[in-house]
Amino acid sequence: MSGEGDKNGNGTEPKSESTRDDRSELLEDLLAGNHHALARTITKIEDRAPGYRELVSDLHEHTGNADVIGITGSPGSGKSTLVDRMAERYRAADLTVGIIGIDPSSPFTGGAVLGDRIRMSSTTGDMEVFFRSMSARGSLGGLSTATADAVKALDAFGKDRVIIETVGAGQNEIDIVKTADTVCVLVPPGSGDDVQMLKAGILEIGDLFVVNKADLDGADRTVVELREMIEGRSDRLSTLDAGHHDQGERGDRNGAAGKASEGTATGAHTGESSGDGPVTAVREEGTDGSSENDEPEPWTPQVLETVAKSGEGVEGFLETLTAHREYLETSGRLERQLRHRYAEEIRALLREDSSALVEDELAARGGIEASLDRVMAGETDPYTVSEAVIGPLRECIEDRREEE
Amino acid sequence: MSTGQTQRPIRCLVAKVGLDGHDRGAHVIARAFRDAGFEVVYSGLHKSPDEIVQAAVQEDVDVLGISILSGAHNTLIPKIVDGLEEYDAFEDTLIILGGIIPEEDRPELEDQGVGAIFGPGASMEETVEFVRENAPER
Repeated sequence: MSGEGDKNGNGTEPKSESTRDDRSELLEDLLAGNHHALARTITKIEDRAPGYRELVSDLHEHTGNADVIGITGSPGSGKSTLVDRMAERYRAADLTVGIIGIDPSSPFTGGAVLGDRIRMSSTTGDMEVFFRSMSARGSLGGLSTATADAVKALDAFGKDRVIIETVGAGQNEIDIVKTADTVCVLVPPGSGDDVQMLKAGILEIGDLFVVNKADLDGADRTVVELREMIEGRSDRLSTLDAGHHDQGERGDRNGAAGKASEGTATGAHTGESSGDGPVTAVREEGTDGSSENDEPEPWTPQVLETVAKSGEGVEGFLETLTAHREYLETSGRLERQLRHRYAEEIRALLREDSSALVEDELAARGGIEASLDRVMAGETDPYTVSEAVIGPLRECIEDRREEE
Repeated sequence: MSTGQTQRPIRCLVAKVGLDGHDRGAHVIARAFRDAGFEVVYSGLHKSPDEIVQAAVQEDVDVLGISILSGAHNTLIPKIVDGLEEYDAFEDTLIILGGIIPEEDRPELEDQGVGAIFGPGASMEETVEFVRENAPER
Protein backbone atom coordinates (compact mmCIF):
# COMPACT_ATOMS: atom_id res chain seq x y z
CA MET A 1 0.00 0.00 0.00
CA SER A 2 1.61 3.25 -0.97
CA GLY A 3 -0.05 6.61 -0.46
CA GLU A 4 2.77 8.60 1.09
CA GLY A 5 0.92 11.59 -0.17
CA ASP A 6 3.89 13.67 -1.25
CA LYS A 7 3.57 12.74 -4.89
CA ASN A 8 0.59 14.99 -5.37
CA GLY A 9 0.89 17.04 -2.26
CA ASN A 10 2.79 20.03 -3.58
CA GLY A 11 0.95 23.27 -3.82
CA THR A 12 -2.08 22.09 -1.87
CA GLU A 13 -2.95 23.23 1.59
CA PRO A 14 -1.64 21.09 4.42
CA LYS A 15 -4.14 18.39 5.25
CA SER A 16 -4.20 15.83 7.98
CA GLU A 17 -2.08 12.84 7.06
CA SER A 18 -4.92 10.34 7.06
CA THR A 19 -7.02 12.37 4.65
CA ARG A 20 -4.12 12.67 2.34
CA ASP A 21 -3.35 8.96 2.43
CA ASP A 22 -6.95 8.04 1.75
CA ARG A 23 -7.00 10.44 -1.10
CA SER A 24 -3.91 9.23 -2.90
CA GLU A 25 -4.97 5.66 -2.31
CA LEU A 26 -8.32 6.41 -3.89
CA LEU A 27 -6.61 8.17 -6.77
CA GLU A 28 -4.22 5.29 -7.35
CA ASP A 29 -7.03 2.76 -7.28
CA LEU A 30 -9.00 4.86 -9.73
CA LEU A 31 -6.07 5.17 -12.11
CA ALA A 32 -5.49 1.43 -11.78
CA GLY A 33 -9.00 0.82 -13.08
CA ASN A 34 -10.87 0.01 -9.88
CA HIS A 35 -14.59 0.60 -10.46
CA HIS A 36 -15.41 1.03 -6.82
CA ALA A 37 -12.75 3.74 -6.51
CA LEU A 38 -14.21 5.56 -9.50
CA ALA A 39 -17.70 5.33 -8.03
CA ARG A 40 -16.47 6.54 -4.65
CA THR A 41 -14.60 9.42 -6.27
CA ILE A 42 -17.76 10.59 -8.00
CA THR A 43 -19.64 10.28 -4.72
CA LYS A 44 -17.08 12.51 -3.03
CA ILE A 45 -17.41 15.00 -5.84
CA GLU A 46 -21.19 14.95 -5.60
CA ASP A 47 -21.20 15.27 -1.83
CA ARG A 48 -18.43 17.82 -1.83
CA ALA A 49 -16.96 15.65 0.85
CA PRO A 50 -13.88 16.90 2.68
CA GLY A 51 -10.86 16.57 0.44
CA TYR A 52 -12.79 16.43 -2.82
CA ARG A 53 -11.11 19.55 -4.15
CA GLU A 54 -7.65 18.15 -3.71
CA LEU A 55 -8.85 14.93 -5.30
CA VAL A 56 -10.20 16.70 -8.38
CA SER A 57 -7.08 18.79 -8.54
CA ASP A 58 -5.00 15.59 -8.56
CA LEU A 59 -7.21 14.15 -11.28
CA HIS A 60 -6.60 17.10 -13.56
CA GLU A 61 -3.23 16.01 -14.97
CA HIS A 62 -4.71 12.67 -16.01
CA THR A 63 -7.52 14.18 -18.05
CA GLY A 64 -7.84 15.30 -21.64
CA ASN A 65 -8.22 11.99 -23.45
CA ALA A 66 -11.96 11.53 -23.58
CA ASP A 67 -14.37 12.93 -26.16
CA VAL A 68 -17.14 14.52 -24.13
CA ILE A 69 -20.60 14.56 -25.66
CA GLY A 70 -23.59 16.32 -24.13
CA ILE A 71 -27.12 15.14 -24.88
CA THR A 72 -30.03 17.31 -23.93
CA GLY A 73 -33.68 17.60 -24.85
CA SER A 74 -37.16 17.76 -23.43
CA PRO A 75 -38.54 14.88 -21.35
CA GLY A 76 -39.64 12.02 -23.59
CA SER A 77 -37.52 13.05 -26.56
CA GLY A 78 -35.62 9.78 -26.31
CA LYS A 79 -32.32 10.84 -24.78
CA SER A 80 -31.77 7.74 -22.72
CA THR A 81 -32.63 5.42 -25.57
CA LEU A 82 -30.26 7.23 -27.92
CA VAL A 83 -27.52 7.18 -25.30
CA ASP A 84 -28.06 3.44 -24.95
CA ARG A 85 -27.62 3.03 -28.70
CA MET A 86 -24.50 5.16 -28.66
CA ALA A 87 -22.97 3.09 -25.88
CA GLU A 88 -23.78 -0.06 -27.81
CA ARG A 89 -22.02 1.17 -30.97
CA TYR A 90 -19.03 2.49 -29.06
CA ARG A 91 -18.61 -0.84 -27.33
CA ALA A 92 -18.83 -2.62 -30.68
CA ALA A 93 -15.93 -0.41 -31.79
CA ASP A 94 -14.07 -1.42 -28.62
CA LEU A 95 -14.30 2.01 -27.02
CA THR A 96 -14.97 2.39 -23.31
CA VAL A 97 -17.83 4.59 -22.24
CA GLY A 98 -18.73 6.70 -19.23
CA ILE A 99 -22.21 8.15 -18.88
CA ILE A 100 -23.60 10.68 -16.43
CA GLY A 101 -27.39 10.82 -16.33
CA ILE A 102 -28.81 13.84 -14.58
CA ASP A 103 -32.33 13.99 -13.18
CA PRO A 104 -34.09 16.70 -11.26
CA SER A 105 -34.72 16.30 -7.55
CA SER A 106 -37.67 17.45 -5.52
CA PRO A 107 -37.15 20.93 -4.15
CA PHE A 108 -39.26 19.96 -1.14
CA THR A 109 -37.75 16.74 0.12
CA GLY A 110 -34.51 16.64 -1.87
CA GLY A 111 -35.55 13.15 -2.93
CA ALA A 112 -35.29 11.94 -6.48
CA VAL A 113 -35.99 8.93 -8.63
CA LEU A 114 -33.12 8.60 -11.06
CA GLY A 115 -34.58 6.70 -13.95
CA ASP A 116 -32.18 7.04 -16.86
CA ARG A 117 -30.45 3.84 -15.98
CA ILE A 118 -33.49 1.75 -16.86
CA ARG A 119 -33.08 2.49 -20.55
CA MET A 120 -29.51 1.28 -20.62
CA SER A 121 -30.53 -2.17 -21.66
CA SER A 122 -28.13 -2.90 -24.53
CA THR A 123 -24.95 -2.72 -22.53
CA THR A 124 -26.17 -3.67 -19.09
CA GLY A 125 -23.82 -6.08 -17.37
CA ASP A 126 -20.84 -4.69 -19.31
CA MET A 127 -18.60 -3.02 -16.75
CA GLU A 128 -16.77 -1.09 -19.47
CA VAL A 129 -19.86 1.08 -19.64
CA PHE A 130 -19.89 3.11 -16.45
CA PHE A 131 -23.27 4.71 -15.89
CA ARG A 132 -23.77 7.10 -13.04
CA SER A 133 -26.98 8.88 -12.09
CA MET A 134 -26.75 12.30 -10.52
CA SER A 135 -29.50 14.48 -9.14
CA ALA A 136 -29.72 18.23 -9.03
CA ARG A 137 -29.90 18.20 -5.21
CA GLY A 138 -31.30 21.69 -5.21
CA SER A 139 -27.80 23.09 -5.52
CA LEU A 140 -28.50 25.33 -8.48
CA GLY A 141 -25.35 26.17 -10.34
CA GLY A 142 -23.26 23.78 -8.27
CA LEU A 143 -24.40 20.89 -10.39
CA SER A 144 -22.49 22.01 -13.44
CA THR A 145 -19.30 22.12 -11.39
CA ALA A 146 -20.00 18.67 -9.97
CA THR A 147 -20.76 17.34 -13.45
CA ALA A 148 -17.57 18.76 -14.89
CA ASP A 149 -15.62 17.20 -12.03
CA ALA A 150 -17.32 13.84 -12.49
CA VAL A 151 -16.40 13.99 -16.18
CA LYS A 152 -12.80 14.49 -15.12
CA ALA A 153 -12.98 11.37 -12.97
CA LEU A 154 -14.30 9.31 -15.90
CA ASP A 155 -11.72 10.83 -18.21
CA ALA A 156 -8.85 10.09 -15.82
CA PHE A 157 -10.18 6.57 -15.36
CA GLY A 158 -9.53 6.12 -19.09
CA LYS A 159 -12.97 6.27 -20.66
CA ASP A 160 -12.74 6.98 -24.40
CA ARG A 161 -16.16 8.55 -24.63
CA VAL A 162 -18.02 10.40 -21.92
CA ILE A 163 -21.69 11.20 -22.40
CA ILE A 164 -23.59 13.71 -20.27
CA GLU A 165 -27.33 13.31 -20.45
CA THR A 166 -29.68 15.92 -19.04
CA VAL A 167 -33.17 17.32 -19.46
CA GLY A 168 -32.89 20.59 -21.33
CA ALA A 169 -35.09 22.70 -19.16
CA GLY A 170 -33.22 25.83 -18.23
CA GLN A 171 -30.04 27.73 -17.62
CA ASN A 172 -28.76 25.17 -15.18
CA GLU A 173 -28.94 22.43 -17.77
CA ILE A 174 -27.37 24.66 -20.37
CA ASP A 175 -24.43 25.19 -18.04
CA ILE A 176 -24.13 21.45 -17.69
CA VAL A 177 -24.03 20.58 -21.37
CA LYS A 178 -21.59 23.39 -21.93
CA THR A 179 -19.02 21.20 -20.22
CA ALA A 180 -19.19 18.90 -23.27
CA ASP A 181 -17.09 19.21 -26.44
CA THR A 182 -20.05 18.43 -28.65
CA VAL A 183 -23.60 19.30 -27.72
CA CYS A 184 -26.56 17.40 -29.18
CA VAL A 185 -30.11 18.61 -28.73
CA LEU A 186 -32.91 16.10 -29.13
CA VAL A 187 -36.24 17.29 -30.40
CA PRO A 188 -39.34 15.14 -30.62
CA PRO A 189 -41.29 15.50 -33.87
CA GLY A 190 -44.36 17.64 -34.18
CA SER A 191 -43.41 19.68 -31.18
CA GLY A 192 -43.89 23.21 -32.36
CA ASP A 193 -43.87 24.48 -28.82
CA ASP A 194 -40.70 22.64 -28.02
CA VAL A 195 -38.98 24.18 -30.99
CA GLN A 196 -40.11 27.54 -29.69
CA MET A 197 -38.66 26.68 -26.32
CA LEU A 198 -35.33 25.94 -27.93
CA LYS A 199 -34.98 29.58 -28.75
CA ALA A 200 -34.32 30.30 -25.13
CA GLY A 201 -30.69 29.41 -24.99
CA ILE A 202 -30.53 25.85 -26.17
CA LEU A 203 -30.58 26.66 -29.86
CA GLU A 204 -27.35 28.57 -29.50
CA ILE A 205 -25.41 25.77 -27.91
CA GLY A 206 -26.43 22.83 -30.10
CA ASP A 207 -23.86 21.46 -32.54
CA LEU A 208 -26.22 18.74 -33.64
CA PHE A 209 -29.96 18.70 -33.58
CA VAL A 210 -31.53 15.29 -33.62
CA VAL A 211 -35.16 14.82 -34.46
CA ASN A 212 -35.63 11.52 -32.73
CA LYS A 213 -38.67 9.30 -33.12
CA ALA A 214 -38.49 10.36 -36.76
CA ASP A 215 -40.97 7.63 -37.69
CA LEU A 216 -43.73 9.68 -36.10
CA ASP A 217 -45.87 12.24 -37.92
CA GLY A 218 -44.53 15.75 -38.06
CA ALA A 219 -40.86 14.79 -38.11
CA ASP A 220 -40.22 16.38 -41.50
CA ARG A 221 -41.85 19.57 -40.45
CA THR A 222 -39.81 19.73 -37.26
CA VAL A 223 -36.64 19.25 -39.31
CA VAL A 224 -37.60 22.15 -41.55
CA GLU A 225 -38.43 24.37 -38.59
CA LEU A 226 -35.13 23.59 -36.96
CA ARG A 227 -33.20 24.33 -40.14
CA GLU A 228 -34.95 27.68 -40.42
CA MET A 229 -34.07 28.57 -36.87
CA ILE A 230 -30.46 27.57 -37.27
CA GLU A 231 -30.15 29.77 -40.34
CA GLY A 232 -30.79 32.72 -38.11
CA ARG A 233 -28.66 31.82 -35.18
CA SER A 234 -25.31 33.26 -34.29
CA ASP A 235 -22.02 31.55 -33.74
CA ARG A 236 -21.81 29.65 -30.49
CA LEU A 237 -18.61 30.84 -28.90
CA SER A 238 -18.93 34.42 -29.97
CA THR A 239 -22.45 34.46 -28.59
CA LEU A 240 -21.13 33.20 -25.32
CA ASP A 241 -18.30 35.69 -25.33
CA ALA A 242 -20.56 38.58 -26.11
CA GLY A 243 -23.29 37.50 -23.78
CA HIS A 244 -21.17 37.14 -20.68
CA HIS A 245 -19.41 39.52 -18.40
CA ASP A 246 -17.82 42.83 -19.18
CA GLN A 247 -15.85 44.46 -21.91
CA GLY A 248 -12.37 44.28 -20.44
CA GLU A 249 -12.53 40.59 -20.08
CA ARG A 250 -13.70 40.15 -23.61
CA GLY A 251 -10.66 41.98 -24.86
CA ASP A 252 -8.61 39.65 -22.71
CA ARG A 253 -10.02 36.60 -24.28
CA ASN A 254 -9.57 37.85 -27.78
CA GLY A 255 -5.98 38.63 -26.98
CA ALA A 256 -5.47 35.18 -25.60
CA ALA A 257 -7.07 33.56 -28.60
CA GLY A 258 -4.87 35.55 -30.90
CA LYS A 259 -1.81 34.42 -29.00
CA ALA A 260 -2.85 30.82 -29.11
CA SER A 261 -3.27 30.94 -32.85
CA GLU A 262 0.36 31.81 -33.37
CA GLY A 263 1.25 28.35 -32.24
CA THR A 264 -1.15 26.51 -34.50
CA ALA A 265 -0.73 25.64 -38.12
CA THR A 266 -4.05 26.90 -39.37
CA GLY A 267 -4.13 30.17 -37.46
CA ALA A 268 -7.88 29.95 -37.59
CA HIS A 269 -8.48 32.04 -34.48
CA THR A 270 -7.30 35.39 -35.64
CA GLY A 271 -10.08 35.94 -38.09
CA GLU A 272 -12.58 34.53 -35.69
CA SER A 273 -11.95 37.06 -32.96
CA SER A 274 -12.73 39.84 -35.35
CA GLY A 275 -15.98 38.15 -36.28
CA ASP A 276 -17.05 38.56 -32.70
CA GLY A 277 -20.08 40.66 -33.50
CA PRO A 278 -23.56 39.79 -32.38
CA VAL A 279 -24.41 37.73 -35.44
CA THR A 280 -22.00 35.69 -37.47
CA ALA A 281 -23.52 34.28 -40.59
CA VAL A 282 -23.67 30.52 -40.60
CA ARG A 283 -21.98 29.18 -43.66
CA GLU A 284 -22.69 26.03 -45.54
CA GLU A 285 -19.21 24.75 -46.24
CA GLY A 286 -18.01 24.58 -42.69
CA THR A 287 -18.60 20.90 -42.11
CA ASP A 288 -15.54 19.08 -43.32
CA GLY A 289 -12.60 20.06 -41.20
CA SER A 290 -9.65 22.13 -42.25
CA SER A 291 -9.38 24.41 -45.22
CA GLU A 292 -6.43 26.01 -46.93
CA ASN A 293 -7.09 29.64 -46.08
CA ASP A 294 -7.07 31.62 -42.86
CA GLU A 295 -10.80 32.14 -42.74
CA PRO A 296 -12.51 30.96 -39.60
CA GLU A 297 -14.84 28.10 -40.19
CA PRO A 298 -17.98 28.20 -38.13
CA TRP A 299 -19.53 24.81 -37.64
CA THR A 300 -22.86 24.54 -39.37
CA PRO A 301 -25.19 22.83 -36.92
CA GLN A 302 -26.52 19.65 -38.42
CA VAL A 303 -30.10 18.50 -38.25
CA LEU A 304 -30.47 14.74 -38.27
CA GLU A 305 -33.28 12.26 -38.00
CA THR A 306 -33.08 9.13 -35.91
CA VAL A 307 -35.29 6.38 -34.58
CA ALA A 308 -33.24 5.44 -31.55
CA LYS A 309 -35.52 2.60 -30.62
CA SER A 310 -34.87 0.68 -33.84
CA GLY A 311 -31.37 2.09 -34.33
CA GLU A 312 -32.29 3.81 -37.60
CA GLY A 313 -30.11 6.84 -38.31
CA VAL A 314 -27.85 6.18 -35.34
CA GLU A 315 -24.91 5.31 -37.56
CA GLY A 316 -25.20 8.65 -39.36
CA PHE A 317 -25.54 10.39 -36.05
CA LEU A 318 -22.29 8.89 -34.81
CA GLU A 319 -20.56 9.79 -38.06
CA THR A 320 -21.65 13.37 -37.62
CA LEU A 321 -20.32 13.31 -34.07
CA THR A 322 -16.98 12.15 -35.45
CA ALA A 323 -17.08 14.86 -38.11
CA HIS A 324 -17.69 17.47 -35.45
CA ARG A 325 -14.81 16.12 -33.42
CA GLU A 326 -12.53 16.39 -36.43
CA TYR A 327 -13.75 19.91 -37.02
CA LEU A 328 -13.00 20.82 -33.40
CA GLU A 329 -9.49 19.49 -33.64
CA THR A 330 -8.48 20.80 -37.04
CA SER A 331 -10.04 24.24 -36.68
CA GLY A 332 -8.43 24.89 -33.32
CA ARG A 333 -11.88 25.26 -31.89
CA LEU A 334 -11.31 22.54 -29.34
CA GLU A 335 -8.53 24.52 -27.74
CA ARG A 336 -10.62 27.64 -27.71
CA GLN A 337 -13.50 25.81 -26.10
CA LEU A 338 -11.18 24.37 -23.51
CA ARG A 339 -9.82 27.79 -22.64
CA HIS A 340 -13.33 29.11 -22.37
CA ARG A 341 -14.35 26.19 -20.17
CA TYR A 342 -11.41 26.58 -17.82
CA ALA A 343 -12.16 30.28 -17.55
CA GLU A 344 -15.74 29.47 -16.59
CA GLU A 345 -14.56 26.86 -14.16
CA ILE A 346 -12.14 29.18 -12.44
CA ARG A 347 -14.82 31.82 -12.19
CA ALA A 348 -17.33 29.37 -10.76
CA LEU A 349 -14.83 28.25 -8.15
CA LEU A 350 -14.00 31.82 -7.27
CA ARG A 351 -17.68 32.64 -6.87
CA GLU A 352 -18.24 29.62 -4.71
CA ASP A 353 -15.21 30.27 -2.52
CA SER A 354 -15.72 33.96 -2.12
CA SER A 355 -19.36 33.44 -1.20
CA ALA A 356 -18.31 30.85 1.40
CA LEU A 357 -15.74 33.30 2.72
CA VAL A 358 -18.36 36.01 3.02
CA GLU A 359 -20.79 33.61 4.72
CA ASP A 360 -18.13 32.77 7.29
CA GLU A 361 -17.44 36.42 7.88
CA LEU A 362 -21.13 37.11 8.28
CA ALA A 363 -21.45 34.28 10.77
CA ALA A 364 -18.44 35.58 12.71
CA ARG A 365 -20.20 38.92 12.96
CA GLY A 366 -23.25 37.46 14.62
CA GLY A 367 -25.00 35.91 11.62
CA ILE A 368 -27.72 37.09 9.34
CA GLU A 369 -30.43 36.93 12.01
CA ALA A 370 -28.78 39.57 14.17
CA SER A 371 -28.45 41.88 11.19
CA LEU A 372 -32.05 41.21 10.20
CA ASP A 373 -33.27 42.24 13.61
CA ARG A 374 -31.48 45.52 13.23
CA VAL A 375 -32.81 46.05 9.71
CA MET A 376 -36.35 45.28 10.87
CA ALA A 377 -35.97 47.69 13.76
CA GLY A 378 -35.03 50.40 11.29
CA GLU A 379 -31.53 50.79 12.70
CA THR A 380 -29.74 49.92 9.51
CA ASP A 381 -30.35 48.77 5.91
CA PRO A 382 -29.18 45.86 3.76
CA TYR A 383 -26.57 47.91 1.90
CA THR A 384 -24.92 49.02 5.11
CA VAL A 385 -24.91 45.48 6.47
CA SER A 386 -23.30 44.19 3.30
CA GLU A 387 -20.67 46.91 3.37
CA ALA A 388 -19.90 46.20 7.02
CA VAL A 389 -19.06 42.61 6.13
CA ILE A 390 -17.29 43.18 2.85
CA GLY A 391 -15.45 46.41 3.71
CA PRO A 392 -12.84 44.87 6.04
CA LEU A 393 -12.31 41.99 3.59
CA ARG A 394 -11.66 44.44 0.80
CA GLU A 395 -9.22 46.40 2.92
CA CYS A 396 -7.30 43.24 3.80
CA ILE A 397 -7.03 42.33 0.14
CA GLU A 398 -5.95 45.81 -0.89
CA ASP A 399 -3.25 45.89 1.81
CA ARG A 400 -2.01 42.51 0.73
CA ARG A 401 -1.90 43.49 -2.93
CA GLU A 402 0.14 46.59 -2.13
CA GLU A 403 2.63 44.50 -0.18
CA GLU A 404 3.14 42.28 -3.18
CA MET B 1 -17.95 26.89 9.55
CA SER B 2 -18.53 26.81 5.87
CA THR B 3 -22.18 26.47 5.11
CA GLY B 4 -23.88 24.30 2.55
CA GLN B 5 -20.77 22.30 1.71
CA THR B 6 -21.84 18.83 2.68
CA GLN B 7 -25.38 17.82 1.89
CA ARG B 8 -25.71 14.17 1.50
CA PRO B 9 -28.94 12.38 0.79
CA ILE B 10 -29.04 8.62 1.27
CA ARG B 11 -28.61 6.85 -2.09
CA CYS B 12 -30.60 3.70 -2.75
CA LEU B 13 -30.88 1.19 -5.54
CA VAL B 14 -34.30 -0.44 -5.71
CA ALA B 15 -33.78 -3.62 -7.67
CA LYS B 16 -35.94 -6.26 -9.28
CA VAL B 17 -33.97 -9.39 -9.95
CA GLY B 18 -34.67 -12.53 -11.91
CA LEU B 19 -37.80 -13.70 -13.67
CA ASP B 20 -40.29 -11.81 -11.61
CA GLY B 21 -42.53 -9.24 -13.18
CA HIS B 22 -44.27 -8.00 -10.06
CA ASP B 23 -42.95 -4.51 -9.54
CA ARG B 24 -45.76 -2.74 -7.72
CA GLY B 25 -43.99 -3.17 -4.41
CA ALA B 26 -40.73 -1.89 -5.85
CA HIS B 27 -42.49 1.17 -7.27
CA VAL B 28 -44.22 1.92 -3.98
CA ILE B 29 -41.01 1.65 -2.01
CA ALA B 30 -39.12 3.74 -4.56
CA ARG B 31 -41.67 6.50 -4.15
CA ALA B 32 -41.64 6.25 -0.39
CA PHE B 33 -37.85 6.54 -0.40
CA ARG B 34 -38.00 9.50 -2.73
CA ASP B 35 -40.54 11.24 -0.51
CA ALA B 36 -38.29 10.55 2.45
CA GLY B 37 -35.62 12.61 0.68
CA PHE B 38 -33.51 9.73 -0.61
CA GLU B 39 -32.01 9.51 -4.06
CA VAL B 40 -33.45 6.42 -5.63
CA VAL B 41 -32.15 4.56 -8.64
CA TYR B 42 -34.61 2.00 -9.96
CA SER B 43 -33.13 -0.95 -11.82
CA GLY B 44 -36.09 -1.85 -13.99
CA LEU B 45 -37.45 -5.37 -14.37
CA HIS B 46 -35.83 -8.74 -14.98
CA LYS B 47 -32.27 -7.85 -14.07
CA SER B 48 -29.62 -10.47 -13.53
CA PRO B 49 -27.57 -10.49 -10.32
CA ASP B 50 -24.58 -9.21 -12.31
CA GLU B 51 -26.57 -6.26 -13.55
CA ILE B 52 -27.70 -5.42 -10.04
CA VAL B 53 -24.11 -5.58 -8.85
CA GLN B 54 -22.98 -3.34 -11.69
CA ALA B 55 -25.62 -0.76 -10.85
CA ALA B 56 -24.93 -0.87 -7.11
CA VAL B 57 -21.18 -0.46 -7.63
CA GLN B 58 -21.37 2.29 -10.24
CA GLU B 59 -24.02 4.27 -8.44
CA ASP B 60 -22.13 3.82 -5.16
CA VAL B 61 -25.39 3.38 -3.26
CA ASP B 62 -25.64 3.24 0.51
CA VAL B 63 -28.62 0.94 0.37
CA LEU B 64 -29.52 -1.88 -1.97
CA GLY B 65 -33.18 -2.81 -1.70
CA ILE B 66 -34.04 -6.00 -3.53
CA SER B 67 -37.58 -7.08 -4.23
CA ILE B 68 -38.13 -10.76 -4.91
CA LEU B 69 -41.50 -12.42 -5.18
CA SER B 70 -40.45 -15.37 -7.29
CA GLY B 71 -39.10 -17.58 -4.53
CA ALA B 72 -35.62 -17.63 -6.03
CA HIS B 73 -34.04 -15.60 -3.24
CA ASN B 74 -31.81 -18.43 -2.03
CA THR B 75 -30.14 -18.55 -5.44
CA LEU B 76 -30.10 -14.86 -6.32
CA ILE B 77 -29.03 -13.22 -3.07
CA PRO B 78 -25.73 -15.13 -2.69
CA LYS B 79 -24.83 -14.21 -6.27
CA ILE B 80 -25.42 -10.53 -5.57
CA VAL B 81 -23.47 -10.68 -2.31
CA ASP B 82 -20.54 -12.39 -4.07
CA GLY B 83 -20.58 -9.78 -6.83
CA LEU B 84 -20.54 -6.90 -4.36
CA GLU B 85 -17.60 -8.53 -2.57
CA GLU B 86 -15.75 -8.90 -5.86
CA TYR B 87 -15.93 -5.12 -6.35
CA ASP B 88 -15.15 -4.23 -2.70
CA ALA B 89 -18.63 -2.79 -2.33
CA PHE B 90 -20.19 -5.31 0.09
CA GLU B 91 -18.82 -3.74 3.26
CA ASP B 92 -20.43 -0.37 2.80
CA THR B 93 -23.74 -1.36 1.28
CA LEU B 94 -26.78 -2.05 3.41
CA ILE B 95 -28.80 -4.82 1.77
CA ILE B 96 -32.48 -5.02 2.52
CA LEU B 97 -34.92 -7.47 1.04
CA GLY B 98 -38.62 -7.24 0.35
CA GLY B 99 -41.21 -9.60 -1.04
CA ILE B 100 -42.29 -13.12 -0.25
CA ILE B 101 -39.54 -14.66 1.85
CA PRO B 102 -40.55 -17.68 3.95
CA GLU B 103 -39.70 -17.47 7.64
CA GLU B 104 -37.38 -20.51 7.51
CA ASP B 105 -35.17 -18.94 4.81
CA ARG B 106 -34.58 -15.72 6.71
CA PRO B 107 -31.76 -16.66 9.12
CA GLU B 108 -29.64 -18.00 6.27
CA LEU B 109 -30.13 -14.83 4.21
CA GLU B 110 -29.35 -12.63 7.18
CA ASP B 111 -26.16 -14.64 7.76
CA GLN B 112 -25.13 -13.89 4.21
CA GLY B 113 -25.39 -10.19 4.84
CA VAL B 114 -29.00 -9.12 4.35
CA GLY B 115 -29.62 -6.37 6.90
CA ALA B 116 -33.38 -6.73 7.13
CA ILE B 117 -36.29 -8.43 5.43
CA PHE B 118 -39.60 -6.70 4.95
CA GLY B 119 -42.48 -9.00 4.08
CA PRO B 120 -46.11 -8.28 3.31
CA GLY B 121 -47.59 -5.87 5.80
CA ALA B 122 -44.38 -4.05 6.59
CA SER B 123 -45.09 -0.35 6.83
CA MET B 124 -43.34 2.32 4.80
CA GLU B 125 -42.46 4.28 7.91
CA GLU B 126 -40.80 1.24 9.41
CA THR B 127 -38.76 0.61 6.30
CA VAL B 128 -37.71 4.24 5.86
CA GLU B 129 -36.79 4.47 9.53
CA PHE B 130 -34.71 1.33 9.33
CA VAL B 131 -32.80 2.70 6.35
CA ARG B 132 -32.20 6.03 8.06
CA GLU B 133 -30.80 4.35 11.13
CA ASN B 134 -28.74 1.69 9.41
CA ALA B 135 -27.44 3.30 6.23
CA PRO B 136 -23.67 3.00 6.47
CA GLU B 137 -21.70 6.03 7.59
CA ARG B 138 -19.35 7.29 4.97
